[in-house]
Amino acid sequence: MSIETISLSGRKKVVSNKEMTFLEKMYLIAIVKGLFITIKHFFRKKATIQYPEQVREMSPVYRGRHMLKRDEQGRENCTACGLCALSCPAEAITMKAAERRADEKHLYREEKYAEIYEINMLRCIFCGLCEEACPKDAIYLTISKELVPSNYDREDFIFGKDKLVMPLEMAIQNAQLKNAN
Amino acid sequence: MDSTFIIEKSVVIVVVFAVTMIMAMYSTWAERKVAAFLQDRVGPNRAGFGGLLQPLADGLKLFSKEEFEPNTPNRFLFFVGPAIAMSTALMTSAVIPWGDKLHLFGRDILLQATDLNIGLLYFFGVVSVGVYGIMIGGWASNNKFSLMGAVRAASQMVSYEVAMGLSMIALLMMTGSLSLREISAQQAGMNWNVFYQPVSFLIFLICAFAETNRTPFDLAECESELIGGYHTEYSSMKMGFYLFAEYANMFISSTILAILFFGGYNYPGMSWVVENVGVNIGNIIGIGVLFIKICGFIFFYMWVRWTIPRFRYDQLMHLGWRILIPLSIINIIITGIVILRADIAAYLGF
Repeated sequence: MSIETISLSGRKKVVSNKEMTFLEKMYLIAIVKGLFITIKHFFRKKATIQYPEQVREMSPVYRGRHMLKRDEQGRENCTACGLCALSCPAEAITMKAAERRADEKHLYREEKYAEIYEINMLRCIFCGLCEEACPKDAIYLTISKELVPSNYDREDFIFGKDKLVMPLEMAIQNAQLKNAN
Repeated sequence: MDSTFIIEKSVVIVVVFAVTMIMAMYSTWAERKVAAFLQDRVGPNRAGFGGLLQPLADGLKLFSKEEFEPNTPNRFLFFVGPAIAMSTALMTSAVIPWGDKLHLFGRDILLQATDLNIGLLYFFGVVSVGVYGIMIGGWASNNKFSLMGAVRAASQMVSYEVAMGLSMIALLMMTGSLSLREISAQQAGMNWNVFYQPVSFLIFLICAFAETNRTPFDLAECESELIGGYHTEYSSMKMGFYLFAEYANMFISSTILAILFFGGYNYPGMSWVVENVGVNIGNIIGIGVLFIKICGFIFFYMWVRWTIPRFRYDQLMHLGWRILIPLSIINIIITGIVILRADIAAYLGF
């Protein structure tokens, strides 16, 4: 087999420049054939998903909005080590660390915590590298289908701790579920 | 002229006007639906059942848009362009026989604005004025893309009118009349002209596509080359008028195709229904049949739009001047020979 005739994809077609016959030159037959191809599509099953009513099934590894986790006692896991910010390819994460005071032991798990933790949702590409980098199981990308709500100001797309940290009730619920099991 | 005659004609004219408008409106809806279905989508379906209120929403949107005006020295012409396009599109419907006579209130009501004995000539005349709307609009826009679109539209329409007229001559040699009513009446039963003049029909169909600036001959407004062609600078309802005129033209040319070649309001067994069931019922079914034929042609227009890609300009001119015109002349000659074959046979001594 010579190199010219090999087709790795199996779809190779040799171009032919042969003279067209009179019938072919009229194009009418080709047009009628084309019309039949398009009318077949008229009766096909439609590919549309009626979005707000029907939702496309997401992949099991779907990565949605971020959440900063709390442990079973409702304390924040994050220690502001900065590994997520370092791993972020889009440089979307910034944070400022602070030291835990004695009266804040019920709020933060370790002695250092993130005073400010911000993700710029306009920069974030939802790659999930922050989740992989986190040594404290603090940041996760949830399966929430609502990614980022629309807004008029760029500032509103910078999500602070008020939007990112897991709600306390959720942490309590998780603890109860764990105890039940 | 008595007053009942004037009332009768005014009612017919208003109804025809309204029907043309509604058909043009729902052609936009049908266009989007057909386009969607041919592309495996579902199309507009939010405004009303099956998106049936979509044309109203579109109209409302166009009315509420900003009325932009380019910095043009021909402000008057800029306004006149869409007006001419729209009025010529609506004027053609005057000579179309929508059905046979209805018998109402002791009168025979002719379902036609006017039965001109030169109906077909009138149609050709008005349609060729339609190019002025495009030409003036494109010229007055003071924009190179618009001018390019207008020039393309003008040369294309002029070229295809020749072939269209020649293809008609072969048909007229058979019918012997220019009145659209008479041509419809001649095709009673299944005596449709398309069976006698298929080549003429094909040429007329192709030319009708070119005359209405539909794909594959939509070079006057091809988005990928000329942004919007002659209506690039138009916005709001002025652009709506251009688009509307195009759909009205499509409706009218579908009607002409149905009348000239597919028997108009005739359907098999029409005379039986008229005799045994009633004149009015038979003729109202006739109107319905005509509209089914028209809708079929409008669907065909849309179907072709999503099948055949746009022609290159030189291919378009080649097709018009070097294929369709000679073909229609040959068609005329053959038709003439067939009509005269008895005389020829006698002359040759058969």
